[in-house]
Amino acid sequence: MNALLKTTRLLSAVAGAAVLALAGCAPQSSSGTAAASGSPAAAACTKGALATQTAGTLTIGTDDPAYDPWFNDNKPSNGKGFESAVAYAVAKQLGYEGGKVAWTVAPFNSVVAPGRKKFDFDINQVSITAERRQAVDFSSGYYDVRQAVITLKDSTYAGATSVADLKGAKIGAQVGTTGLTVVQKVIAPSAQPSVFDSTDLASTALKNHQIDAIVVDLPTAFYITSVQVPTAKVVGQFPSGAATADGKPEQFGLVLSKGSALTSCVSQAVDALRANGTLDQIAKQWLPAADTAPVLK
Amino acid sequence: MRVQDPPAYVPSERRLAREAYRRSRARRSLLIATASTLAVAAVLYVVITGSPGWPVTQKTFFSGHYAREALSPVLHGFVLNLELLAICGPLVLVLGLLIAAARTLRGPVFLPVRILATAYVDFFRGFPLIILILLTVFGVPALQLQGVTNDPIILGGAALVISYSAYVAEVFRAGIESVHPSQRAAARSLGLSYAKTMRFVVLPQAVRRVVPALVNDMASLQKDTGLVYLGGAIDAVAAAHIMVASSFNYTPLVVAGLGFVILTVPMTRYADWLTRRMDARSAQGGAV
Repeated sequence: MNALLKTTRLLSAVAGAAVLALAGCAPQSSSGTAAASGSPAAAACTKGALATQTAGTLTIGTDDPAYDPWFNDNKPSNGKGFESAVAYAVAKQLGYEGGKVAWTVAPFNSVVAPGRKKFDFDINQVSITAERRQAVDFSSGYYDVRQAVITLKDSTYAGATSVADLKGAKIGAQVGTTGLTVVQKVIAPSAQPSVFDSTDLASTALKNHQIDAIVVDLPTAFYITSVQVPTAKVVGQFPSGAATADGKPEQFGLVLSKGSALTSCVSQAVDALRANGTLDQIAKQWLPAADTAPVLK
Repeated sequence: MRVQDPPAYVPSERRLAREAYRRSRARRSLLIATASTLAVAAVLYVVITGSPGWPVTQKTFFSGHYAREALSPVLHGFVLNLELLAICGPLVLVLGLLIAAARTLRGPVFLPVRILATAYVDFFRGFPLIILILLTVFGVPALQLQGVTNDPIILGGAALVISYSAYVAEVFRAGIESVHPSQRAAARSLGLSYAKTMRFVVLPQAVRRVVPALVNDMASLQKDTGLVYLGGAIDAVAAAHIMVASSFNYTPLVVAGLGFVILTVPMTRYADWLTRRMDARSAQGGAV
């Protein structure tokens, strides 16, 4: 009996300690500055005074390395390259000029993980898909993107004119890209596709003849064939909407954490830039024209 | 002439009392162990499920829908992991044993062999496996050698064998050096040659001693087989990663991780059992 008594005492002590521990280390609910929920009206998008991570500064995330033609010299802060220019245009639209913008490195995986983010929005060629919308918020699309196929110039598939011509090829793509979706859903090759962590590795495998073709977005395809693998060529591009479930044109969007108070303001900024022609102008400046690659049937 | 049967054994009062006492102590330990386990489990459950982010975490990492979707591609990927383990594992053991034998050769004439083996072990134990795989998978084909494969799975497997045999060689060497010198002396004085001494006396004891450590390395190799995904091959982790990247839901990776655990558990249990058996042989008495 004595033993039992001791045991119950021990148990109550454990339970008591547990309660204390709970009280002591219960995580605070993430009620940061962005506690306001719902979508603020246009008037609430006060210029330069949004509920950002750091008051008065807009923190923008992207991956490292940041690739051409989206960024230049792996320096997002120099305003060069398509996405860097778009990021600064959006910041300006929101009232964060010049020195009020801070960049932070955000690996793709951290961008899509749940929980608090280090950035106010992330710009990293992330295509808007219905499935991804369940995990993060997207702004309106800032670029309509098409997917393209690259092969080596001396490849048997270099002359492909239709999707069916690529059926027998060993095709590579980067994990998590809509390019991979196109490989799996549109081409559906007979050999299992090769999936790489980065487009660089895919290009290297192409150079080594380990794969026959790569599918990437068109601007990246032009960059790879002009700079990284000069012995390769862009065989063709897929029809717009090949990668989306509903067949609507595929678009890149800015990524915000789920339920972010900034989403509607950032979307309004992107819409305004599209309406006044700024986005088109930036695309003309930094990206090759899409009509130089034949459309695959 | 018959020997008389001894009288039937009747346990004494004292013995019965002692046994009853032991039984009660055992019952008491069982009760306490159960209670404390339940208490810890309850605390963990309350802390985890009571946290404000739990619903989101649950949906992101433990979604039944995505787990079911992931099952088929992940299992398909596991085939590659197991193939690599089945082929690389034995190769690693053989190569590791050869290197260990080379390192423990006696005599001045074998100095270059010892130096080479030592250099190999030092270099490949220090060289990060992920870089080795990248260099092998993408570097070897870049040489464009005639007749050398550029299959990323074979090249990745070769990198695994190179790296792991360095680790395993050290394990074997530790085993060889743990055999008491008197064993060698006895074998040599019986007229066994160096080679025969190694084969019949030293290695059997050495290998038996390092089995737990070897099982440990094999469990580790089994997880690292996944690194061949760098070359574009799709193993269980890569298959899960592909799904994660398109759905932004991490459940497939949890499924793949649990799959590895399920594969590793029998191996670790076996190693534990071996260790226990050897302890029982060499040590007397219970846990103190």
